[in-house]
Amino acid sequence: MSTPTILLIVFAISLIGAVMAYRRASTLAAAQATQLHSRPVYHASYVACWATIPSLLLLAAWLITAPILISTDIRAKIPEETLAQSELTEGLAYGIVESLGSGLRVLPADERETVTDQTPVKDLSALLRKRGVPVASAGADWMVPLAVELNALQVISRWVMTIAVIVLAGFGAGWGYKKIAPRLRARNSVEGVVRGALIAASSIAILTTIGIVFSMLFETVDFFSRISPAEFFFGTVWEPRFSAAGSTGSAGSFGFIPLLAGTLYIGAVAMLIAVPIGLFAAIYMAEYAKNRSRSVVKPLLEVLAGIPTIVYGFFALVTVGPFLRDLSTEINGLVTGNYSSFIQAQSVLTAGLVMAIMLIPFVSSLSDDIITSVPRSLRDGSLGLGATRSETIKKVVLPAALPGIVSALLLTASRAIGETMIVVLAAGVAANLTLDPFQPMTTITVKIVAQLTGDLEFDSPQTLVAFALGMTLFVITLCLNIYALYIVRKYKEQYE
Amino acid sequence: MSDATASGIASAAARSNRRDIGIKRRYAAERRFKAYGIIAIGIGLCFLAILLWSIISKGYTAFWQTEIRVPITFSEQILGTPEDALKSETKLMMANYPRIARDGLVKLLDIDPSNRKAVTAAGKLISSGTRVALRDIVLKDLSVIGTTQDVWLYASSELDSAMKGQYDLSVPENRRPISDQQLQFIAKLKADGAIAQRFNWGLFTFGASSRAETAGLGVAIIGSFYMMLIVLALALPIGVAASIYLEEFAPKNKFTDLIEVNINNLAAVPSIVFGLLGLAVFINWFGLPRSASLVGGLVLTLMTLPTIIIATRAALRAVPPSIRWAALGLGASKTQTVFHHVLPLAAPGILTGTIIGLAQALGETAPLLLIGMVAFVVNDPATPMDPATALPVQIYMWANEAERAFAERTSGAIIILLAFLAIMNLTAIFLRRRFERRW
Repeated sequence: MSTPTILLIVFAISLIGAVMAYRRASTLAAAQATQLHSRPVYHASYVACWATIPSLLLLAAWLITAPILISTDIRAKIPEETLAQSELTEGLAYGIVESLGSGLRVLPADERETVTDQTPVKDLSALLRKRGVPVASAGADWMVPLAVELNALQVISRWVMTIAVIVLAGFGAGWGYKKIAPRLRARNSVEGVVRGALIAASSIAILTTIGIVFSMLFETVDFFSRISPAEFFFGTVWEPRFSAAGSTGSAGSFGFIPLLAGTLYIGAVAMLIAVPIGLFAAIYMAEYAKNRSRSVVKPLLEVLAGIPTIVYGFFALVTVGPFLRDLSTEINGLVTGNYSSFIQAQSVLTAGLVMAIMLIPFVSSLSDDIITSVPRSLRDGSLGLGATRSETIKKVVLPAALPGIVSALLLTASRAIGETMIVVLAAGVAANLTLDPFQPMTTITVKIVAQLTGDLEFDSPQTLVAFALGMTLFVITLCLNIYALYIVRKYKEQYE
Repeated sequence: MSDATASGIASAAARSNRRDIGIKRRYAAERRFKAYGIIAIGIGLCFLAILLWSIISKGYTAFWQTEIRVPITFSEQILGTPEDALKSETKLMMANYPRIARDGLVKLLDIDPSNRKAVTAAGKLISSGTRVALRDIVLKDLSVIGTTQDVWLYASSELDSAMKGQYDLSVPENRRPISDQQLQFIAKLKADGAIAQRFNWGLFTFGASSRAETAGLGVAIIGSFYMMLIVLALALPIGVAASIYLEEFAPKNKFTDLIEVNINNLAAVPSIVFGLLGLAVFINWFGLPRSASLVGGLVLTLMTLPTIIIATRAALRAVPPSIRWAALGLGASKTQTVFHHVLPLAAPGILTGTIIGLAQALGETAPLLLIGMVAFVVNDPATPMDPATALPVQIYMWANEAERAFAERTSGAIIILLAFLAIMNLTAIFLRRRFERRW
C-alpha cells in the first residue's frame, strides 16, 4: 500500500477513535453525575494522539531504516569476483540492480511470474522496456536473482510495515479509549503533546543551521582532499577546467584570492555609495522631516528594499551598464578626442552602483530605527544648552547611536557580500585581479552559481569547489553577523 | 599696560561681535547639514524613479502582440481528408502547418508564388508558433478541413518589434532584421486592416520557447504558485509554533538562547547558501528530483521561516499581558490561554508578517538556480514533483537571451512580478491598518 494511503487509514482510525471517545466521555459525565477532569474534546484529542503518534513514528522509522537495511543485505550478496571483472563500482552495480528491482514492480503480475533467478538479463530488459522502464545497458545475468530478491524483500517489507502501522494505530486508539475515565487528566497529556510539538518546531531553526554547516562541511572536506587548502586560499589564479568525465587531466587551478578580491571590492564600492546616502536620509527622516513627509518618503524608500534582486540585476545589465559605457565614451571623446569607452558594461562600478541602490533602504531604515530610539531627553538637554540641531545630532545623537549604527552597517556589509543576482548579471564572470573599478571582476557568489548550473557530477572538484566557496561565504557572513550582535550587546547604552 | 587694557576691552567688544558671526556660521552649517539629508533622500527617490521608469518603459509593450489576419486554406492535400484523420491523427499532428500559414499570407499579399524570395520574406513575418495554433484549430473541429477561414496568427518577433517601432529604420537594409520588402508587406497589411495589436495572453500562458513571441510565463507562474503554497503550508504553522514556544513557554536557558541566536543568524545568511543546503540535502541525500517545485518550496520555506518567526514574535509581544492574566485568573491553562486568547489577537500581525515573508520568497532567485530550476520546461507542471521554473528564474533566463524581443518580454515579466509583489504588500498593509489593535 502506498504511503499516502497508509496515512489516510491512520487518520481515519484516529478520527473514529476521537468521535467514539467524545461520546463516551460525554455519556460518562452524564451517567455518573460527576464532573470530568477534562472536557470531552480533550478526551477525543487524547485518543487521537494515541492513535496517530506512535504509528506515525513507526512509519517514519520504517521508511528511513528499511531501505538502508535492504540495501546493505543485497550489497553483501553482490559476488565480488564478478564485480571486479566487470569494471563496475559497487554503487553503480547496486544502482542497476535497484532499477531492475523497481522495474519488476511495474510489470503486471503474470509477466512478473515468468521472471525467475535463471532469466537472462536480456529478456528482463526487453520486458521492462516494453513497459517504458529505462534500463541501463551494463546489466549482467548475475544481477537478475539479486533484483528478484530485492523486489521480494521490498514487497515483504512494505506489507509488514502497512500491517504493523495500522495495527499500532488501532491498538493505540483502543488503549487511549480504554483509559477514558472521569478522573483521567486528558487535558494535561494533550497539552504535553502540544508543547512537545512546539519545541520540535522551534528546533527546526537549529536543524537548519546544522544542515547548512554539515551539508557544506562534508563536500568541503571532500574538496580539500583533492585540492590542498593552501592552493585554494592563497592561489591567485581561478581557472577550473571542466575535464571530461573519466579523463585524468589536471583539474585546473582553484585560486580563491581573485574571487575574494572581487567580492570585497564590489561590496566596498556599494557601501561607499550607499552608506552616506542611507545615513543622511535616515538622519533627515528621524530628526528633521515632518510626520507627513516622513510617512510618504519612508515607504517609498522601502519599496527599493522590496524589489527582488533579479530586477536590479536586469536593470544593471540593460540600463546602468550600457549607460556608464556610453558615458565613458563621451567623456573620453571630449577629453582626448578618442571615442572609445574606458568603462566596460560589466564592471565593478556597475555592480557596485546598482548594489548600492539596493542597500540604501537597508542602511536608512535600520539607522532610522536606531536614531529614533535615542531618548528625547538627550536631545532636549543639548538643545537647551544652545546647540543647533545639527550640532545636537553630530555631538549627541550619533555618538549615542553609534554602536547600533555600526552593527547596522556590518549587517548591510554581510548582505552586500552575499548578494548574488546583481553580480551574476552585472559584474562579469572573468576572475580578474585588478584595482581598476572600470574592469569586470567576479565574486564568490557568481562562481557558486557558475559551478552549479548545468549538469552536475558530485565527485569532481569543479562541483565540490562551490561548496567550499559557500562554506567560506557562510563563515564570513556569520562572523560579520555575530560581531554585529556583539557590538550591540557590548556598547549599547542603557537609558532606562 | 593701558594698551593691554584697551585691547582687552576691544577684544571683549569684538567677542560680542564675533558671537554673531559664529551663529551665522553655525546656522550655515545647520542648513548645509539639512540639505545633505534632502539630497540623500532625493538621490534615493531618484534611483527608484529611474529604476521603475526604465523597467516600465521597456516592458509595457510586451503586453501587446502583433497578430495578422490570414485567410487559411486547410487543404486536403496537406492535411489529408477528415476520414483519414479519424483513422490516425499522425498525419494531422505532423502536417506542414507553417506552409499553410505562409500560403495564406502569400495569397493575402498577392505575391507571385513562384517568386521564392518574396515568399520566404513573407513567411518570416509569421511566427513559427502557428504550428501549434493551427493544429489545435484542426484537431478541435475536423470539419474545417477543405475550407478557407480567416485566422488571427501571431506575427514573428521581428514584425512585432517593427510594429512597435523598436527598430531604427534609417540604417541600411542589410544591417537591420527587417527588409524593405517586408516593410512594404507590412504597409499593405496595415492598409487592408489585416494586422492588429492585441492583448498578449500568451505571455501568461505559454511555456518555454526559443522564439520570443511564443515564450511565456505559464510554467513559471504555476511553479511559483506551487512553491508559495508549499511555503505557506509549511512555514506558517512551523513559524507560528516556534514563536509561540519561544515567546510564551520557553524558560530562559542555554537551549532557548541557542535557538534565538540561530534564528537571528539564519535571517542574515545569504540566500545562495540555502540553495547549497537544498542541493546537498534534498536532492543529493533525499533523492528528490531536480528542478521540482517541491524542492524549491522546501528551500524557500527554510529561508522564510526566520522572517515569519520574527514577525510573529513581535505580534505576540504586542498582546498586552493583562489578557493572559485575565484568562489564567479564570482558570484557563497556559495552553488554553495562548491558543484561545493570545493567538487570535495576534493573528493580524502574524498574517501580515507571513504575507511579507511570502513576497520575499516569491522574488528570490539565487537558491533556485542551484537546485536546477533553470530548465527549459515547455509543458505545464501537473504536480509539484514535475520540472518547473519560477517567475524570477524565468526573468533571469530571458535576461540572458540576446534577441531584442526577449528584452521586452523580460521587462514585461518583471512588471508582472512587481505587480504580484505590490498586491501582496498592499494586502499586508491593508490588513495591518484594518485589523491592528492599539492597546
